[in-house]
Amino acid sequence: MSDTTAPAPVAAKEETPFRRFVSEFAANKVAVGGLLVFVTIALLAIFAPWIAPQNPYDLAQLDIMDGRLPPGEVGGSGITHWLGTDDQGRDMLSGIIYGLRISLIVGIGSAVIACLVGASLGLLAAYAGGRTDSFIMRLVDLQLSFPTILAALMILAFLGKGVLNVVIALVIVEWAYYARTVRGSALVERRREYIEAAQCLVLPTSRILFRHLFPNCLPPLIVIGTIQIARAIALEATLSFLGLGVPITEPSLGLLIANGFEYMLSGNYWISFYPGIALLVTIVSINLMGDHLRDVLNPRLKK
Amino acid sequence: MTVYLLRRILQSLMVLLAMSVIVFVGVYAIGDPVEILISPDADQMERERAIAALGLDLPLWQQYLVFLQNALRGDLGRSFVFNEPALQLILNRMPATLELAFGAMFLSVLIGLPLGLYAGLKPDSVGSRVIMAGSILGFSLPTFWVGLMLIMVFAVQLGWLPSSGRGETVQILGLHWSFLTANGWMHLAMPAFNLALFKISLVIRLTRSGVREAMLMDYVKFARAKGLSPTRVTFVHVFKNILIPVVTVVGLELGSTIAFSVVTETVFAWPGMGKLIIDSINVLDRPVIVAYLMVIVLMFITINLIVDILYSVLDPRVRLESKA
Repeated sequence: MSDTTAPAPVAAKEETPFRRFVSEFAANKVAVGGLLVFVTIALLAIFAPWIAPQNPYDLAQLDIMDGRLPPGEVGGSGITHWLGTDDQGRDMLSGIIYGLRISLIVGIGSAVIACLVGASLGLLAAYAGGRTDSFIMRLVDLQLSFPTILAALMILAFLGKGVLNVVIALVIVEWAYYARTVRGSALVERRREYIEAAQCLVLPTSRILFRHLFPNCLPPLIVIGTIQIARAIALEATLSFLGLGVPITEPSLGLLIANGFEYMLSGNYWISFYPGIALLVTIVSINLMGDHLRDVLNPRLKK
Repeated sequence: MTVYLLRRILQSLMVLLAMSVIVFVGVYAIGDPVEILISPDADQMERERAIAALGLDLPLWQQYLVFLQNALRGDLGRSFVFNEPALQLILNRMPATLELAFGAMFLSVLIGLPLGLYAGLKPDSVGSRVIMAGSILGFSLPTFWVGLMLIMVFAVQLGWLPSSGRGETVQILGLHWSFLTANGWMHLAMPAFNLALFKISLVIRLTRSGVREAMLMDYVKFARAKGLSPTRVTFVHVFKNILIPVVTVVGLELGSTIAFSVVTETVFAWPGMGKLIIDSINVLDRPVIVAYLMVIVLMFITINLIVDILYSVLDPRVRLESKA
């Protein structure tokens, strides 16, 4: 994004698209709240090793005697487990902070790759037109006519578990949304004069596509991207819950929730409850931003 | 209309064929079927005989033709776990899933439509804000986690509802149904609500925006100017017009409800085909995986086809557009 905002003059106060965007975004307190919460969550995930009270993957730090302690109890190693412990004696708070890492990496990573793939194909479809266009759009239609969970299930049934396979599945499931969005706005943009000008200069097609057409298709892409990140995180959690997602050695939030499932019936609610809350807060904060971004970036709502 | 119908059916068949290739390649080419289909205790002779019997020595395209031929006869292999024909196994579990899915669709319209109508008619009231905030939550809440929380509250803490299974069933036409017994209802309530949560939010949003748009239309203004009562305007003029998009979306969502029942069935141990497929994936019961995927793909294509046809019947613009 920094590329499109680079020409902002230092002479300040002059209204640039980026400044207008920032001030419009900041006008909505709920969206700003969502942004703050999301940034906090992201920082927690990035600095997990320094923040978490315990390294949940280090078996030497775990004590099976601390298993299933309720929230607020002090464990054998002297750590207060504010959110309780799971069956392995793992501190839930630490587990959640580390789990956020996996969830965010998988969610954001797959969204970025899907965006690159989808946006490229969408641009190509819009720019090339004709057969290429109808072929790509057929694929998009086919992809979108199947529910995400089913397509992901199918791909993971073929590929097997694993972080990389989940990312592949999410990319395959998601690219079509980006492709359709980008194609839609690129079809409008390519009739503009600046594209014609670029074509007259006989610039290479890839340069026209990525330096001229693409930046102008960004607004709707940002909106879709935000919402798709939330969807990817939720889908990853669901797949991991079903036992088809990330392996047990790298538990994401979904897997943490799944681990607590069997203890829930005996009343140990915290093992599933708190990771779910973390998941919920993450998704809601992203959706709140996305909802408002849609209003800010929608040219139809511009006065 | 006939041309449109024929073209649509032809398209559906093409998609079905394409999906069968994808499923075949996914299951038989990416994984090693020999490893999976033949017992590891078998000696070399037995292995070769089995490979020949399964046709695995043929080139891939011939294998595909054999697979297609068998599939057309309804033979998608036998489950290793249950030692029953895979297709039969799926079909036996289907009523449970359909019951759950239809229960969820019913709930989503029953709850979503009135709430959406209210939010659309009184967009600035406190009640509407609460409803809309609730619908954002409904979109954001991970379904499986809500299911767990429902179990925790209503089954573990309060003990009002059972946490798993279908309960008592009644046999009609050779199929078991839960919704005909009181005990079955108790079992159905939580999973159906859980599955409906997302759809309720969707129906609320659709209805609300539909109502808000319709209220600004000239025909509504005219109906008001004629002096019709607000109830009549709302329920006859506005309601009828918002029903088309709601019906379409709810119809289209039937497929995704069936697909998402995979999650709900796992949480509530509901013995439908979703639970079966997850169990099968976990033990690599490939014939069942293939059978499930083919059945669900066929189901999807059929649903999409029916909705498209219904849509062109309900909305003449679609028909005319395809003619032009």
